[in-house]
Amino acid sequence: MQQTTGKMKLAELETNFERKIQAEEKIEPRDAMPEAYRLHLIRQISQHAHSEVIGMQPEGNWLLRAPSLRSKQILLAKIQDEGGHGLYLYSAAETLGISREEMIRQLHEGKAKYSNIFNYPTLTWADIGAIGWLVDGAAIVNQVALQRTSFGPYARAMFRICKEESFHQRQGYEIMATMMKGTPEQKKMAQDAMNRWWWPSLMMFGPHDSDSPHSGDAFKWKIKRKSNDELRQKFIDKTVQQAYVIGLTIPDPLLKWNEDKQGYDHGPIDWSEFKNVISGNGPCNRQRMEHHKFWHEEGKWVREAADAYKKRISTLN
Amino acid sequence: MDTQLDLWEVFVQGKSGGQFMHAGSVHASDKEMALKYARDLYTRRNEGSAIWVVLSNNIVSSAPEDAEMFFDPANDKIYRHPTFYTMPEGALQI
Ligand SMILES: [Fe+2]
Ligand SMILES: [Fe+2]
Repeated sequence: MQQTTGKMKLAELETNFERKIQAEEKIEPRDAMPEAYRLHLIRQISQHAHSEVIGMQPEGNWLLRAPSLRSKQILLAKIQDEGGHGLYLYSAAETLGISREEMIRQLHEGKAKYSNIFNYPTLTWADIGAIGWLVDGAAIVNQVALQRTSFGPYARAMFRICKEESFHQRQGYEIMATMMKGTPEQKKMAQDAMNRWWWPSLMMFGPHDSDSPHSGDAFKWKIKRKSNDELRQKFIDKTVQQAYVIGLTIPDPLLKWNEDKQGYDHGPIDWSEFKNVISGNGPCNRQRMEHHKFWHEEGKWVREAADAYKKRISTLN
Repeated sequence: MDTQLDLWEVFVQGKSGGQFMHAGSVHASDKEMALKYARDLYTRRNEGSAIWVVLSNNIVSSAPEDAEMFFDPANDKIYRHPTFYTMPEGALQI
């Protein structure tokens, strides 16, 4: 996009940024913004985009083994949505002045992260149910809060994404509910998936508020609107009831309704596992990155051919 | 040098006769590809009846920091709004 040149001084621009943040107005790409705000958003939005894209892998693992044509169509549509979410988010990050090539390079070099949850394997069909219900469920709680984030393009991407997410969660819950009405083996499979995905889902919200010293700026700039623990609590409170309805047990012996706070108390989260997986030692970290790099390279000739075709037709017109 | 192709802006018309609204962007190397990608990305749930795509580089934007000055000419012309006028009592359908 081209822009006519502005004529305001830097100091005025920064007060303008502060004023907009105070007034709950959105910051747009061409608005002046502190460099640290821009960098924070690039890091957060690109990580979010990478998560959507890498998240297609564990689900793609079951596409060819989906138990019916209906479930295969649904899973395909769900995965296609996730690819789309990645694209919305890459575009939002690009408005901050980083190219898509650069974001992908940072992912491949390990400088940009993606959500830890996708470093776990999908062992049975019930895992597809658990991902949709729990992982997308947790993502929805986070993304609904982000609809109020201060950066316009990010907030707009969140609106679009949230509209598409509710089908993701419902299809996952339907898989779990169906399996819980099935044979003893199917019920066992569903409970086993629940046991493996519950804690990593809680970890998706990040460290406890008392252990996340870096969220100060994000709150001040209204990038982040709700704390990790608040969001995690919200997720637990809605999900526990859904588990009970279909007869699943929450794998947390300390989970207990707390009348005073009108929410559940939960047992301690094993953060050593979280740190271990995030530092590269999860069951699938290597596989996820290698797969992404491999197909990125495999697709290179297509991009080059498209580019060559563009140059060719531009000489013909 | 790797390429992620050119950046295009996508405008979608929800129902025929309605306005085209900015939906987002796509990467594509030519206009046909841009249209097809825009369809796949922004109208998977019947959100559109028509799509425009335009190379992002061809869009010119006003500067947000000049907004006050730029839109100033409209500020003191309240007589452009129907509520500015006093209507005689009893006049109907006006
Ligand atoms: Fe998503
Ligand atoms: Fe999703």
